[in-house]
Amino acid sequence: MAADKLAQALRARLEALGGTVTSYVVRLGFASRFLGYLVMHSGTALRRFRLTVAEVYFAGVLSLVIILVSGLFVGMVLALQGYETLQRFGASESLGVLVALSLVRELGPVVAGLLFASRAGSAITAEIGLMKATEQLSAMEMMAVDPIARVVAPRFWGGVISMPLLAALFSAMGIFGGYLVGVQLIGVDAGAFWSQMQAAVDWNKDILNGVLKSVVFGIAVTWIAVFEGYDAPPTAEGVSRATTRTVVTSSLAILALDFILTALMFTGGNGS
Amino acid sequence: MNRSTIDLWVGVFVAAGFGGLLFLALKVGNLASFSTADTYQVNARFANIGGLKERGPVKSAGVVVGRVAGIRFDSESYEAVVYMNVDSKYQFPRDTTAKILTSGILGEQYVGLEAGGDGVMLKSGDRLRLTQSAVVLENLISQFLFSKASESKADKEPAKEGGK
Repeated sequence: MAADKLAQALRARLEALGGTVTSYVVRLGFASRFLGYLVMHSGTALRRFRLTVAEVYFAGVLSLVIILVSGLFVGMVLALQGYETLQRFGASESLGVLVALSLVRELGPVVAGLLFASRAGSAITAEIGLMKATEQLSAMEMMAVDPIARVVAPRFWGGVISMPLLAALFSAMGIFGGYLVGVQLIGVDAGAFWSQMQAAVDWNKDILNGVLKSVVFGIAVTWIAVFEGYDAPPTAEGVSRATTRTVVTSSLAILALDFILTALMFTGGNGS
Repeated sequence: MNRSTIDLWVGVFVAAGFGGLLFLALKVGNLASFSTADTYQVNARFANIGGLKERGPVKSAGVVVGRVAGIRFDSESYEAVVYMNVDSKYQFPRDTTAKILTSGILGEQYVGLEAGGDGVMLKSGDRLRLTQSAVVLENLISQFLFSKASESKADKEPAKEGGK
């Protein structure tokens, strides 16, 4: 009898586990179908480009302050920490290389992506989720307006356009911060700082790969944000959960994608 | 917020974004140097290239005059063939020497060109005949140790004879 009960309990657990996994896979499938539909119905967002421009304003322009300030401080910290280590080996002139390579290859796209996910991604999810909860999306459907084409697609493209620009600004600002601390404050030679940086940073291998990363992160973050918003249960709790999930999922997605992209881009060939 | 204000700010944002990218390209990266300049390709054979990498600098008198375009292993002569793109602004005589040198103690390796005295200049596809391989630290140390060992042997031998 006891064994029978145990087997039953075990079976229930396994079923629950299977249900959870299946529901994740179903959500992934729905999200992929959603992305496909979104891209197919982007005509409105591109024809009436003003809709997308307005979303670039909300996702990009309003994120500028946090991106620029964080970039500046990340660059300044990198210069301080890097100098500590490099001067032990008498290589403090290489400070520019260290700051530029870490920002352009990794920190620029990744940190800008994380900030973008928490600043803009959560806002997109909350907005779309609330539109759904207040039945604005259903109202549009009643008027024969496709809410995905009218509401979701402009937000998606606005985010995809903003993200690479934000990452480039983050890197540029970080290098400027590194210059401020390294050259102006610590006193590393300005000529060596810039020339070693220019000798080591390659346009194709480093900068374009960084831009490519930020494009991928932009697509991932906005995709997750619009999907979570569209899929949110139409209640206050549902919207709040969806917003949290956006930030968590897109942060994890950025870090995982970053590992995959770095493995593809910077290994295999010869290092710098 | 009316439309033209939004447009203005988005315009500022996009311009700033591209400005940042331009800053990365010109001030941080090396896009400006050697990407559009005319180059001619020469090659050189080395017994050992050490840690030389593709896209490494080619310098003459310390000035960067080109980049390493490719490195290949010749399985017939068991030598490394290094292809270099040299800026057409800089012409070198045919008997130029190519050496593999290191910048600083821990720095990267580069190809150093030392001009010869020939009147005929290098053309695209020419090979530099005079080369000097990279210094491999292990070989240097073993040479030093062997010479030390033979020195001390030579020192001891007369002492032994004196003892007899």
